Amino acid sequence: MMGFDSMAIFFWLFAVVACAGALIVVVSRNIVRAAVGLIVSLFGVAMLFFLAGAEFLGAMQLMIYVGGTVVLLAFGVMLTTRALFLRMSTTADQWLVAILLVFPLTVILIRAALSYSPSHSGRSFIDHPADKSSAALVEPVTVSELGMALLGFRQNGRSSESTTLFHGNQGYLLPFELISVHLLVVLIGAAYLARRGVPETRASADSKSVSDQDIGSTD
Amino acid sequence: MFSPITPIHYLFVGIVLFVTGLICLVTKRNIIAILIGVELILNAANVNLVAFSSPVLFAEQGAPLRLDGQIFALFVMILAAAEAAVALAIALHFYSRFGTVDVDRGDNLKG
Repeated sequence: MMGFDSMAIFFWLFAVVACAGALIVVVSRNIVRAAVGLIVSLFGVAMLFFLAGAEFLGAMQLMIYVGGTVVLLAFGVMLTTRALFLRMSTTADQWLVAILLVFPLTVILIRAALSYSPSHSGRSFIDHPADKSSAALVEPVTVSELGMALLGFRQNGRSSESTTLFHGNQGYLLPFELISVHLLVVLIGAAYLARRGVPETRASADSKSVSDQDIGSTD
Repeated sequence: MFSPITPIHYLFVGIVLFVTGLICLVTKRNIIAILIGVELILNAANVNLVAFSSPVLFAEQGAPLRLDGQIFALFVMILAAAEAAVALAIALHFYSRFGTVDVDRGDNLKG
């Protein structure tokens, strides 16, 4: 019981951190502060991942998001703002659209979350081999299990010694390969797009007709 | 308040992240701020996936999405990284063309 209590305390702590970071992102007019709020929020979410037993995902969240994506965003901020503390005001009709869109959606989402109960969570769809024997036994998801699933060997529960593959449970080799190629193509495309913009920034003093010509020639 | 943590608690964190991301997406005019909103929304999805695949939160029953949820969350992270790279390249291009990152200024296609 003690373990559950400490988990509750840490959950509330990091949930507050994550939500506060998200609120900073929305409230701040300053883009640099919004990026810092995003870092805080992502850190809180990573800690929530650790608490939920997804240690590998938490580490990946810290490395990819907090270490990679946010740094990328910070570079974007630095490369695209003339004044560092740039402010852009939001018009009243934009706030109106936001409220009209967000309020009903929030109500729907809260009702959906409250209507969820773990007792009937669709387990009838899942062919779980160790259904009765593994009760009340927390079996952590190991990294090797995740890696094997990505390579196409998916074990459903470590208690099952059988390495037989269930129909439709053969792992994620094809999505893994697809996403690898996708990432490669995307990064090459991003590098190409970003580099193509470089000469134009130098020639930004030129007339706009040059850039219009550029659109026509590339398409 | 200090009752055992259930997946519903995680769902509410996901709701907060999603709603704030959506507000960010709608109300901000800076293209980088819109990107930050998209990142928040993707993280909300990840929180839900991890909650439903958690072996800790479903200690009595075995997590319904044990492995699948975490792998999907990994895929979401990779896609978010790719999306950020491309979107930043587009933002740089936008900036070099229009001299600003205000998305309301890119109205060349307006009839």
